[in-house]
Amino acid sequence: MTPSDGKIAALYKKVAIVGADESDEIGIVPDKSTLQLHAEAARNALEDAGIALSEVDGIFSAGSAGWSPTLQLAEYLGIQPRYTDSTSVGGSSFVIDVEHAAAAIHAGLINVALITHGESGASGGRRGGSARPALDVQHPSAQFEMPYHVGGAPTHYAMACMRHMHQYGTTHEQLAEIAVATRKWASLNPKAMMRDPLTIDDVLSSRWIAYPFHLLDCCLVTDAGGAVVIVSAARAKDCKKPPVWVLGSGEATTHQTIMNMPDLTTTPAAVSGPRAFAMAGVRHKDIDVVEVYDSFTYTALVTLEALGFCGPGEGGAFVSGQRTAPGGDFPLNTNGGGLSYTHPGMYGMFLLIEATRQLRGECGERQVPNAKLACVNGTGGTLSSTGTLILGAD
Amino acid sequence: MSQDGYRKPVPTPSPESKRYWEGCRNHELWLPFCRDCEAFYFYPRDFCPSCFSWDIEWRKGSGRGRIYTYAIQHRAWHPGWQDEVPYVTALVQLDEGPRLYTNIVGVDPDPAQIDCDMPVEVTFEDITEEISLPKFRLVS
Ligand SMILES: [Zn+2]
Repeated sequence: MTPSDGKIAALYKKVAIVGADESDEIGIVPDKSTLQLHAEAARNALEDAGIALSEVDGIFSAGSAGWSPTLQLAEYLGIQPRYTDSTSVGGSSFVIDVEHAAAAIHAGLINVALITHGESGASGGRRGGSARPALDVQHPSAQFEMPYHVGGAPTHYAMACMRHMHQYGTTHEQLAEIAVATRKWASLNPKAMMRDPLTIDDVLSSRWIAYPFHLLDCCLVTDAGGAVVIVSAARAKDCKKPPVWVLGSGEATTHQTIMNMPDLTTTPAAVSGPRAFAMAGVRHKDIDVVEVYDSFTYTALVTLEALGFCGPGEGGAFVSGQRTAPGGDFPLNTNGGGLSYTHPGMYGMFLLIEATRQLRGECGERQVPNAKLACVNGTGGTLSSTGTLILGAD
Repeated sequence: MSQDGYRKPVPTPSPESKRYWEGCRNHELWLPFCRDCEAFYFYPRDFCPSCFSWDIEWRKGSGRGRIYTYAIQHRAWHPGWQDEVPYVTALVQLDEGPRLYTNIVGVDPDPAQIDCDMPVEVTFEDITEEISLPKFRLVS
């Protein structure tokens, strides 16, 4: 396994994920603040790595901890890091943070990067207030989108999905295949919130949220924290568990408002994906397990196309016949995904945790046999930003 | 002309978008145009987002276009739409090129009645003394 392109291979196998875990509880956790979720996850991931908090000199987080997430977090955790990164481009941020952390470690700026997330998507509103800053009234979204509609992510992703259905003939049944397959994975994960079996008919008969999305095309809204610890290759040798190497990474951004999304039938993963694969020097058929953001069934489908696992418009056929379910030949979202495991609002962190566990062989009933290479793709905003990683075990 | 008790968000024009909203108030769709690209763009800003030229002007658009995509909103995420669900949100691709986020009005919120690429034309809804919102209806 060697990088194919020297120029973009600078970060190839320079750092490893050595710790990964959730907060003590995930799901509906009304009596814990977002900062508590961050801190629990940080403690658990550091314990998983066998690294003390005092060794953390770089902290990375997005969105949910006030106007400047890493300032708030560093103080709360009681550290004074020499490197902080509050990249906030939606649920992809944590995946993108891995590349940023790798660059900072490789440049010698830091030794131990801690990426954390904590979000009370289910319970935060009930406590009053919001972790996300209010929009300026003259912001483009406030002027040109909100007079026509105010709402959550389903509304805009539904419009993207509709164009895909129109252009390629993608069907509701094909989208439902993903929800059903993902639920099967969730049934094997004790931490998943929704574990009862689901049928295609269940998905198709669930109520409309935003046509073409049924309720069961949409991810959960939960409370959860998660964290990962990233260190240099040298430091990785002394950790508790075998390293999960960052072999390739890519980041891409195309737009903020959906009216400025260049092509609604793809995602920026069409840019970040090839870059990550090229850096890692691996091909699609080499990948053993795939973890992609499934805010909606469509998000997973279009991401597989954008990453190049199938061609544009071929996603519907690709996922048919429960191909992505346990026992299928394309293990996808093996923790049960945002659709059935957990989704506090920004889900990217949990892709990292599951990929790490799969590559360590820690997944029990849902373990993909002999998983050595994983592809992770986080999507943020309105299909606006992506981070792609190729992770590998020794 | 303003409707009492209008409960949905009302846009607040910015210095960059003032001309656009003035046009709408007169029931005309004026759009920013880059003299270097010779192309329209949206949303309004003082420069062209394709080439970063600041040599721009405003031109009156045709008000015609096609539904690039749409969705039928069954949930009122905001009290202003509580009595209106289901309703249709859409991206309309104007004949001039840019896409607008809008509502399709005057049609049943039914996938059998609406489709991508259908031709549409602008219609204005006066929501306050100052603001008229461009919405679109199917061209029969
Ligand atoms: Zn231009």
